Amino acid sequence: MRNLAKPARLALYAFAIVFSLSTIKLITGASDLTSVGTASSALLLSVPIAMAALGGLFSERSGVVNIGLEGMMIMGAWGGGFIGAKHGPWAGLLAGIVMGALGAALHAIATVGFGVDHVVSGVAINIIAAGLARYLSTILYKNGTWVGPSQSPDIQSIGVNGLPILSGGTYFGWKSPDLFGSIAEKNWFLISDTFSILRGLTGEVSYVTVIAISLVPLSYWFLWHTAFGLRLRSAGEAPTAAESLGVNVYLMKYAGVIVSGGFAGFGGAFLAIVASNHYQENQTGGRGYIGLAALIFGNWRPGGLMTGAGLFGFADALQLRDATAIHALLMLLAFAMVFFAFLNLKKKKFATSVISLALATFAIWLYITFTELPGQFVTMTPYIVTLLVLGLGTQRLRMPAADGVPYRKGGGK
Amino acid sequence: MKVTPKKIYLALAAPVSAAVASILISSLALLATKKSPTEAFKTMWEFGATTSSVIETLNNATSYYIAALAIAITFRAGLFNIGVEGQLRLGALFACYFGAMFTLPPVLHILAIFIISMTVGGLWAAIAGILKVKRGVNEVISTIMLNSIAGGLSAYLLSKHFTVKIEGSNNLTTQELPASGQMPNLSFLTKNLDQSATQGRGIYGMFAIAIALGIAFWWIVNRTRFGFELRASGINPIAARVSGVNSKRMIVIAMISSGAIAGLSGLPTVLAETHAYNLGFRAGLGFSAIAVALLGRNSAIGMAFSSLLFSFLEVSSRSLDLIDIAPETYFIMQGAILLSSVIAFEVVSRYRVKVVSEQLAKAVANA
Amino acid sequence: MSVSVELRHISKRFPGVIANKDVSLKVQSGSVHALVGENGAGKSTVMKILYGMQRPDSGEIFVNGDQKLFKSPHEAIAVGIGMVHQHFMLADNFTVLENIILGDEPKRAAQIDFGVARKKITEMAATYGLEVDPDELVENLGVGQRQRVEILKVLYRGANILIFDEPTAVLVPQEVDDLFNALHGLREKGMSIIFISHKLDEVLRVADEVTVIRAGSTVAEVKSKDVTSKQLAELMVGSELPKPETKGNTKRENIVLELNQVTVPSKGARNLLSNISFKLHAGEVIGIAGVEGNGQSELTETILGLLEYTGQISFDGKSIDTESVSERRDLGIGFIPEDRHRQALMLGSPLWENRILGYQRSKPIFNGFVLDKKATIEDTKLIMQEFDVRAPGPNTLATALSGGNQQKFIVGREMVHAPKLLVASHPTRGVDVGAQGAIWEELRKAREKGMAIVLISADLEELIGMSDRLLVMLRGEVTAELDPANTTPEKLGAAMTGAK
Repeated sequence: MRNLAKPARLALYAFAIVFSLSTIKLITGASDLTSVGTASSALLLSVPIAMAALGGLFSERSGVVNIGLEGMMIMGAWGGGFIGAKHGPWAGLLAGIVMGALGAALHAIATVGFGVDHVVSGVAINIIAAGLARYLSTILYKNGTWVGPSQSPDIQSIGVNGLPILSGGTYFGWKSPDLFGSIAEKNWFLISDTFSILRGLTGEVSYVTVIAISLVPLSYWFLWHTAFGLRLRSAGEAPTAAESLGVNVYLMKYAGVIVSGGFAGFGGAFLAIVASNHYQENQTGGRGYIGLAALIFGNWRPGGLMTGAGLFGFADALQLRDATAIHALLMLLAFAMVFFAFLNLKKKKFATSVISLALATFAIWLYITFTELPGQFVTMTPYIVTLLVLGLGTQRLRMPAADGVPYRKGGGK
Repeated sequence: MKVTPKKIYLALAAPVSAAVASILISSLALLATKKSPTEAFKTMWEFGATTSSVIETLNNATSYYIAALAIAITFRAGLFNIGVEGQLRLGALFACYFGAMFTLPPVLHILAIFIISMTVGGLWAAIAGILKVKRGVNEVISTIMLNSIAGGLSAYLLSKHFTVKIEGSNNLTTQELPASGQMPNLSFLTKNLDQSATQGRGIYGMFAIAIALGIAFWWIVNRTRFGFELRASGINPIAARVSGVNSKRMIVIAMISSGAIAGLSGLPTVLAETHAYNLGFRAGLGFSAIAVALLGRNSAIGMAFSSLLFSFLEVSSRSLDLIDIAPETYFIMQGAILLSSVIAFEVVSRYRVKVVSEQLAKAVANA
Repeated sequence: MSVSVELRHISKRFPGVIANKDVSLKVQSGSVHALVGENGAGKSTVMKILYGMQRPDSGEIFVNGDQKLFKSPHEAIAVGIGMVHQHFMLADNFTVLENIILGDEPKRAAQIDFGVARKKITEMAATYGLEVDPDELVENLGVGQRQRVEILKVLYRGANILIFDEPTAVLVPQEVDDLFNALHGLREKGMSIIFISHKLDEVLRVADEVTVIRAGSTVAEVKSKDVTSKQLAELMVGSELPKPETKGNTKRENIVLELNQVTVPSKGARNLLSNISFKLHAGEVIGIAGVEGNGQSELTETILGLLEYTGQISFDGKSIDTESVSERRDLGIGFIPEDRHRQALMLGSPLWENRILGYQRSKPIFNGFVLDKKATIEDTKLIMQEFDVRAPGPNTLATALSGGNQQKFIVGREMVHAPKLLVASHPTRGVDVGAQGAIWEELRKAREKGMAIVLISADLEELIGMSDRLLVMLRGEVTAELDPANTTPEKLGAAMTGAK
């Protein structure tokens, strides 16, 4: 497997995943596993997580740990709800970015300016953001602008579109054919599943989603192909070396953190405006942390974090749509655990493979005992998936070398 | 070590500047909504100073303090247990469910309830500890995930298995704890006070437990070998390892002890007032306690002050409703105090190091 | 010849320390000018000022006749000053190319032009004989190659005034020869080279002129052909330099430490340690020589139990393979780690708390139940007295002490427990001459009393002078055993690099 080139390996993984999903769908009858709706929701819900993860990327690559992403997302969601209800969705998205960046500025001042421990500051920002959102919402409710103390008025939605010919996009008034969709409806094993996933990923996609997803390769280009990006990364890898070459490390860190807040705010506003149509308290639901998990899963690289975001987005989508699908997912989990156990057996890592087998057995037991998973279990899915992914990820992780280390100018010997 | 005026200034500098900054920020927030800060603070003070408010402040502070102790154990070790919220919730739930199943002589019954809640809390925290030690999973993320999982798990258990039906009520609740499992108030402290002033409230029995826990915390962390190794692991984990500390064991022990104490922190109100776990179980204690621990600098005395402060602010801010100010202003105050104190402490600490270095230079130059 | 760099009466204070009192320096273009002084004399600080990383409190800087005051390294780089640091300033996770162009990236449209950069670097490397692969990750490079990258970094920016800060600290004699050849080559091309060092024999070999700094001030400016290293030493310290040497045979009968086929596997191709075996007697010092990164750190870690290994280690005749770090230390193994800030101190804590580190299970600190604060403080005072640790008292924060005093404290902390075995890793690294002499004296006394010592060092004179036996490590294996009485630094250096 290791000898294949990267694109070929990725294609193989993708194929394996679709194949497993199709098989499980066949066995359990949970059609939602590969449905258009699920794929569409998965894409939608992966965006906030990916934005949070990108935020984490910029911040940590510049050497500042940003646990406060959740708080910045809350600020973004609130700002998006507030301005979006008053001035329209695009203004709302912009407001979300600004609010997130403001929260990040606070974090930057505390950590880069004053040297406060990064995790302490991040946790403080989360507490402050939640409280601030609650306070501001109450004020708006009290003076009649908002209908509820934890909810903004509705926001107009942004248009959606699809690919021409392939997924029924509308261009200049002409509604094109929907090739993917028609194959998806045929219900042929594996083939229809593949195309229905493709249709879900490319049809009726919000313009904002397209913009958001394109930010991932854009971030890669920026961080690895521009001078600013190189200097930003140097602040996170070897800040004293960068300083000795005349790089303004403080500036790079501030930039990294504030940009990260912008991303997180954008993700939050996305939740309020695109994934939903108003701001709701607790809307972010921990996605800031899940985004961090996606970043770690992706080994601090854009491609990896997008994969992680997709994975978590999928779990999120299933959980929201269909409890039977989660039930079927247990079987997928059992499959994956067995495969994982086998891999570890080959590597002679016995303890890990035994634990994986135990988890597989537990998953199957759950599957058999509960014909329908209780609602509370279903809502726990994203969090359990996050824990599993973090716990089982065995790749050699390579955090930026000076991540989390407080920096002071002139510290070099 | 002589206590010089300069030392006193340094010790007070951070809390005082934090207090000033937060008052400023809160005032600005109030002014922005066209409310008078002086009126707000005055109302809060008047309400907060009444006997029944003081009692409520003390009771509230009990939960804050115990939860903050739990968090401080891990902070001192260089870890971050953000999962106190989930640990205390599960601890309280299981303690109420199982604690209502039997009867024991009063002290033993309470002790049994303590043990159940500590065990559950400790085990829940152990998951994060083991994930960190075996798989290198960042405990901030894992404990937060476990919080949400605990929330779902407790909701499920309460609705499906642990609940009893109460006529005419939509509230889900566990079986009420028998009298032997209810903790009496410290009535000897309030029995001489006017009934109308206290409004029938008493200081929780667990207030005394909280004080005992604080003393135990201080003593263990500062006077025992374990405490030294805990602190060393937080200050310089590599040097700690070289000195013989088993860092993996330390992480797991710190997380488990933290979870166990966290389990206790969900009990004060339950044991004294509600006598059961129900849907109204207070949410958010675990997060407020983080602010308490940070403001209190993870020290037994510091956290005592900060838990009283936050508790006072929370209780007295309820009166703001009467003058048409959102009680949620409390969150602004909490946030402002938290941020300004965290920055102030860092600034003062750096200044202190600078002062010490300069003193040393003078001493060496004069020698 | 013209004066390319002149510093006049530079002074600089840091909180608690006067780094530079009155430093003056005059460098001719097309020459190698050495700046010597002992550790802590202020050489690095004045060079950082020249390079723009610090600003002087008073004094003037002249570059090629123009007065300058640099606000950042950028400005110094702009007038042609480049610095090759002692502790390499490289990002491990970046490629050689990325490290070299950082801060001065060639652009095409909005992005970095990697092609142009690669071409320039390869050409430069060929011109100056500093070959290196631009696309290799720095973490995969050896020490000599990393230094080449550092040099290319400054040349890339068009430097013609090069500052080298203790460049030979990590090199073996053969690599030093290569470096000196390169330096003379650069000199022929008209560059000015400022060479900071405290190794006087090397200085006289490579430099044309020497400026001596002592306690923050310039005390002499001489031509290298006019002085001997002994004279330089006296100028540097004001008296004779202490010499590392042990006298007589103090080796006892009993074997304190025995390693048998100790191996530490690694995920890569080569083991970190392979089949290390030796016996160490009481009263014997075994010196371990080797280029950094060839297994010496791993050796100390296996002895202490910080690293898993296969094979057998026995202490005082009994196997300790299953003993934990704390158990081994309690048996009587003392440790002076190579990086005192990272491995031996809690910088923000007072000295008495640092006293506890490593001994929290022993008397007088631990009375069987709790930590005895009073006894610990008293004991710390005793250590400070006996080992000449200069600080106001046991409540002083460790960070306030100089490197030499910190090290003396650490040595004292280990010595008062009279360990049977002392593992000393680079015990006088970065330490001023006075402290160095004191630490050597302590090791001498301990050896005479019967302590067994494992000594790791990059200071070849220290190794040869203090050891009874010498082992050379290369790529995780012991490749040679030498008798210090018959070894010179050149021979040792050759063995360290595997040359015959």
